[in-house]
Amino acid sequence: MQVTLKIFRYNPEDGRKKHYDTFTLDADPTDRILDLLEQIKGSEDGTLGFRRACAHGVCGSDAIRINGVNRLACKVLVQDLKSRKVTIEPILGLPIEKDLIINMEPFFDHYRSVMPYFVNDDPPPSKERLQSPEDRERFDDTTKCILCAACSTSCPSYWVNEEYVGPAAIVNAHRFIFDNRDQAASERLEILNEQFGVYRCHTIFNCTDACPRDIQVTQAIGEVKKAIVNGRLD
Amino acid sequence: MQKHQYEVVVVGAGGAGLTAALYASHKASTAVISKLYPTRSHTGAAQGGIGAALGNTEEDHPEWHAFDTVKGSDYLGDQEAIDFMADEAVDAVYELEHMGLPFSRNPDGTIAQRPFGGHTNNETGKPVRRACYAADRTGHMILQTLFQQSIKNKVRFFDEFYVLDLLIVDGKTAGVIALELATGEMHIFHSKTVIIATGGHGRVWEITSNAYSYTGDGVALTLRRGIPAEDMEFFQFHPTGIYRMGILITEGVRGEGGVLINGEGERFMERYAPTVKDLASRDVISRAMYLEMKDGRGIDGKRYLHMDVTPEVVNHYADVDGRKNPDGSPYRVTASDILNKLPDIIDFCETYIGINPISDPMPVQPTAHYAMGGIPTNKFGEVVVDEKNTILPGLYAAGEVACVSVHGANRLGTNALLDLIIFGKYSGLKAAEYSASEPYLDLPKEPEAFAMQQLDSIRQSKGNERMIDIAAEMKQVMFDHVGVFRVEEGMQQAVDKVRELKERFKEITIDDKGLKFNNNLIEAWELSNLIDIAEVTAVSALARTESRGAHSRDDYSERDDKNWLKHTLAWMENGGVRLGYKPVQITKYKPKARAY
Repeated sequence: MQVTLKIFRYNPEDGRKKHYDTFTLDADPTDRILDLLEQIKGSEDGTLGFRRACAHGVCGSDAIRINGVNRLACKVLVQDLKSRKVTIEPILGLPIEKDLIINMEPFFDHYRSVMPYFVNDDPPPSKERLQSPEDRERFDDTTKCILCAACSTSCPSYWVNEEYVGPAAIVNAHRFIFDNRDQAASERLEILNEQFGVYRCHTIFNCTDACPRDIQVTQAIGEVKKAIVNGRLD
Repeated sequence: MQKHQYEVVVVGAGGAGLTAALYASHKASTAVISKLYPTRSHTGAAQGGIGAALGNTEEDHPEWHAFDTVKGSDYLGDQEAIDFMADEAVDAVYELEHMGLPFSRNPDGTIAQRPFGGHTNNETGKPVRRACYAADRTGHMILQTLFQQSIKNKVRFFDEFYVLDLLIVDGKTAGVIALELATGEMHIFHSKTVIIATGGHGRVWEITSNAYSYTGDGVALTLRRGIPAEDMEFFQFHPTGIYRMGILITEGVRGEGGVLINGEGERFMERYAPTVKDLASRDVISRAMYLEMKDGRGIDGKRYLHMDVTPEVVNHYADVDGRKNPDGSPYRVTASDILNKLPDIIDFCETYIGINPISDPMPVQPTAHYAMGGIPTNKFGEVVVDEKNTILPGLYAAGEVACVSVHGANRLGTNALLDLIIFGKYSGLKAAEYSASEPYLDLPKEPEAFAMQQLDSIRQSKGNERMIDIAAEMKQVMFDHVGVFRVEEGMQQAVDKVRELKERFKEITIDDKGLKFNNNLIEAWELSNLIDIAEVTAVSALARTESRGAHSRDDYSERDDKNWLKHTLAWMENGGVRLGYKPVQITKYKPKARAY
């Protein structure tokens, strides 16, 4: 079948304004959008800029906007689309470097700000720390995050306020706050209780819809809010 | 041109690179240079587990792990290094847990373990639960945990920098040259040591589980600087890739009781490996699958088979095998057990092929998966450059890019993640130790000259060849002729073809002439790496007139210990490949016939 891709283009080196290029190509229903981008880059226009690595939804390189919604290019197939015409754009809210490549640094700055690492200053036992399957399950959902930024860059609060830490950072804080082996939950809750923390979330649910790992992002943010309000973890 | 100075430079930020950096940075100034943002590294795609004889649910010993690894390697692994790895494994897994890694858990709170191919109780020969796992995303958890700890420990990263050249002065390591992708600017990293941790090269083959980024950058880099590549003919084809796409379906599926079924509805592995059946080594299973398909027993006569993990089938064969739970009760699974233990596999199948593995079998074929060969090192990650294992001072390699060799002719499942952690750690420690006593060497004038010359030849090339065609022809010929089964004629064809492609590569044109994020240029460089590696692989394979592990020949179908119990070393010289050999280190496990 024939598919038409309308792709956002911007290269600060070529002096042209931001614009769209249109490519029409033969595709199989089971082709990934990433396969089509590769085909264009290989056969038609080698200057097309985008990131990719694993090509099966686990590395988080290729979050883009497909027909206006945030998706991984490698997790959407041609047959998943309602139309044979597809608009491809970079994710919103971060500076565009070239075509679909955005500057991820502001996103990672937010991520680093919530202490996204395990803290336990007790001397470790000679074997593993024990943790029941139920305690492990408590934070399972948020361990799945691949830092693709699809959630944060789908959030209207994140677009309008560059200081808001965003859903991805809260998800990664949640992963440690609810891990009963960790000892820094109160410090993270304090960070997220500040002006640009969890209260910038207005439960719009774009993030949950955007997550390619099916993390219940809004729910995780709600659990963090509740922990702040109650002053304890449930 | 920017200049930087660090005692230790780590190239690559996957499991091995991050571990090396964590250890090195405690004692030496350390920088990590990676072409990908660290969390995009291919370690994150590993699924099933990391092997360590914790014995959490049943008896197990590091000695059994070591022997299984030697046997899995078809006796080509170096036994001192294997003993070292199996001994270190237990503490390495505990250390990951102490860093916060969220392993799945047993009811008593200990780390959960599952059976995997070739992991056995050495007394009964039956499968043993040795693979420590976090659902089917163990690699993701390892990568995330190491990255998190790197942030905590303030490791210095140069993300999206592509290393083009290794600097060697008077036979010692002096740094690297790198291109900053965002700007196109060249950087000189002046260092005392370099740790190469760039991963593998599965993109040589048409069907692969490997990321686009797996282009053999480290091996190609060192080959061009006169360092040999070891055992490149040994490349693992994982039995279960999704048909035509190659996406990995973890061996953990078989660990949880899944079975391979042919077009006649037969569980054929019982004919090839009567004791452990679907949990034989990967080379054994990939060969069996190839033979089934060759004899017309693929599904509907096609080039794929079924991987079946539906609860009815799992429970049926668990009864046939007499499989028991640790408490002695019969092994049983439900749909929700499968969902909990293999969530990503289910997601991949639903996303890419519209199949739910809980109710339908998965179409699978062998997929190019893992490089046993690579840059020769000893068990401390020190790079050794000749038949006598002479060390090149200041140079280290760890992870898939390296050949210690602990995997020999065939790697056991779960030993890759283990390799990253253990040899990443020791290369980091050794590099820091070396840095403490050695000075910085003076760099030559224009240290970037060799890199610039290669880069310019790509930039300025004006021929009519397109990369996409050259890549497709290479992948095809390597998959057809240097794949699961090999014969002389086919391998010769592959050597000839790859050499033709090497010439045609000189005639490519790239569209992008810019500086900023010129991925077009980087992809051309990566393709030139893959072509070099394909040539070295095919030449090494053609010369080895025996069958061992992943190197299976129709024309020399037996293992030949008399002539071939030795490692291959391949140098790129005078536009071709020169081969040499070095002995395998054998300590307590004498080679014997291999049956599962």
